[in-house]
Amino acid sequence: MWQRRTRATILSAIFMGLGQIYNRQFIKGIILLLIEAACVYYFIRNLGRALWGIATLGDSPNHLAKVNGITKMVVGDHSIYILIQSLITLLVLVLFLIGWVMNIKDAYHIAKLREGGIAANNFRQSIRYVHDYKFAETFLVLPAVGILFFTIMPIIFMILIAFTNYSAPSHMPPAKLVDWVGFETFRNLLALKTWSHTFYGVLTWTIIWAVLSTVTTYFGGLLVALLISQQGIRFKGFWRAILIIPYAIPQLISLLLMRNLFNGQFGPINQYLRYFGLGGLPWLTDPFWAKVTVIIVNMWVGIPVSMLLIMGVLTTIPRDMYEAAEVDGASPFQKFRIVTLPMVLFTTAPTLITQFAGNINNFNAIFLLTGGNPVNGNYQYAGSTDLLVTWLYKLTLDQNKNNMAAAVGIIIFILIASFSIYNYRRTNSFKQEDMIQ
Amino acid sequence: MIGRKLASIIRLAMSYIVLIVLAITALYPAIWIVLGSLRPGKSLYSKHFIPDQLTLVHYKELFTSQVYMFGTWYVNTLKIAICSMLIGVLLTLLTSYAVSRFRFKGRQTALSTMLILGMFPGFMSMIAIYLLLKEFHLLDTHLALIIVYAAGAPLGGTFIAKGFLDTIPRSLDEAARIDGASNFGIFARVILPLSRPMITFMALTQFVGPWVDFIFARLILRTKENWTVAVGMWDMVNTIQNSNFTLFSAGAVLIAVPIMILFAFLQRLLVDGLTAGASKG
Repeated sequence: MWQRRTRATILSAIFMGLGQIYNRQFIKGIILLLIEAACVYYFIRNLGRALWGIATLGDSPNHLAKVNGITKMVVGDHSIYILIQSLITLLVLVLFLIGWVMNIKDAYHIAKLREGGIAANNFRQSIRYVHDYKFAETFLVLPAVGILFFTIMPIIFMILIAFTNYSAPSHMPPAKLVDWVGFETFRNLLALKTWSHTFYGVLTWTIIWAVLSTVTTYFGGLLVALLISQQGIRFKGFWRAILIIPYAIPQLISLLLMRNLFNGQFGPINQYLRYFGLGGLPWLTDPFWAKVTVIIVNMWVGIPVSMLLIMGVLTTIPRDMYEAAEVDGASPFQKFRIVTLPMVLFTTAPTLITQFAGNINNFNAIFLLTGGNPVNGNYQYAGSTDLLVTWLYKLTLDQNKNNMAAAVGIIIFILIASFSIYNYRRTNSFKQEDMIQ
Repeated sequence: MIGRKLASIIRLAMSYIVLIVLAITALYPAIWIVLGSLRPGKSLYSKHFIPDQLTLVHYKELFTSQVYMFGTWYVNTLKIAICSMLIGVLLTLLTSYAVSRFRFKGRQTALSTMLILGMFPGFMSMIAIYLLLKEFHLLDTHLALIIVYAAGAPLGGTFIAKGFLDTIPRSLDEAARIDGASNFGIFARVILPLSRPMITFMALTQFVGPWVDFIFARLILRTKENWTVAVGMWDMVNTIQNSNFTLFSAGAVLIAVPIMILFAFLQRLLVDGLTAGASKG
């Protein structure tokens, strides 16, 4: 009797779908067969080169060679293209292996059922089963594939880059090859004086910035939301519409606009200050004031988002909670502390953390407003208001120090991720998500 | 009793004052740039807040000059924004519905993974995505931007959407299930209508993306005819910088206006108390 399940398992291990056909699930089996055939064709053509590519990153750069007595430029290996092609092939391989394992499990499972005398599902029943019991997983396939190729693959790619010497001027393909160098990039970044001074300086400012900007916008937004939702305030919709305007203006526009507003010479802000007899401030040109300016402007940009979000949450708080609190004789402040605040924090805790992470990577606020300037002479390609992200940008797109940029990215990611995961697991919305209802 | 009434009046008066101050702060830059775009000349400096003369010449220049193809850029951006919004919102909703309502193997891991992935700086992936698109010969196409924007949507939006879906009482799902609704039926008939404010919020964020992305889009779109308004705007800022503030203002107004109009319309969808009474039945 056990032979049937063994046979199905072995068959489907040899070639995807055979086990299913053996189980008399013909349509499913043929679909799987076709998938495997396509994959095998693809791997025969690509897998060997992928393995060679990821190990060597190419072995011949552009070079001159004599062809029929004429010296010609021979196109060599482009290390970076080779790396990305290898990576794509390997990812497809991983997907295929997952599918293959699932197919074996499925064949085994159904054969076992058939041994028990239960007929295998026909194709329509299979679909029905997936629709009823594997609904969530099916729903998630499409987003997951998108995330795999447009987020995970690029991240793996950049992590790999950090361990190569891909940087200007001496290792830029196609003229030169790129090689694996291990941890050398990290060593330079953290210990070599010229780089580490910039790194620690920029890192400190990034953290100060992220904390201040998250706290100011979140609690600013909470205050404004509460202000508008107060009992007795009229024209709530009107106030909300007006205060959302900074959010409705695209950041690209509003931040470039702010750059002009705060212009030290001709900007209206200094114009007003001078009108009141105060000297104008060097809003964007002095290292300290530039930092103050970015935080103020970020509040202007960020508070409406938090306000909108928190007002949305406020509307979902059940009215009976307030009624119950009123029956118990709670004062407005107590109602806020016991009902509103926990509910708002519960729903928005993950957002708060994402906002913090977002602020660490808040490229627009810095890049559009100050461009990372004023220039800091002691820094390597960075200015006084540069965050790690804007520094990354300059390192990659302006300076082509790709390996250094990738290393910076990884280090900051490790710091943030460890902090965030710890924090996120502690917040209630993770622990008790099934309890609140 | 009188003391209490007085306190309440003072509280309201203070609130109104604060609100008025906030409203002025929120509006001032917008009004300033609209006025700037209507001012003759090129300079940033203006003697009075309201200029002596008003002119539309800068707008005309944007649409008629050979250098700025605002009309084409507009259509491009609109196309990309709408497509990526539809796909992106759908993907995000699917993801957040699945993780909010179902308990399955690896769910917690999937959530943590998404949280972690969201923390990587976007620039780290930009070059790899560029190379990936090159592999598929999608460079300089709008399809590339649509795919990338839409694929990125679940990463940013899922947590917010999940937080919102978690607050929709599960008793509603159960009631629908008893009435014979399938999983998909519950999603379409119960969850979707109740999460309209959240969908609005997500759709807006997603729609605004292409209007403001000047870095990734600039990397992908190489020919001027394919540019989006953001790329064109950034190019303009880089080439004329401070020398032609009024033209910059006109461009800025043109980009900001459609988005603000959309906001004005969708405001109504963010109505108070959508779920306030839903569970009481």
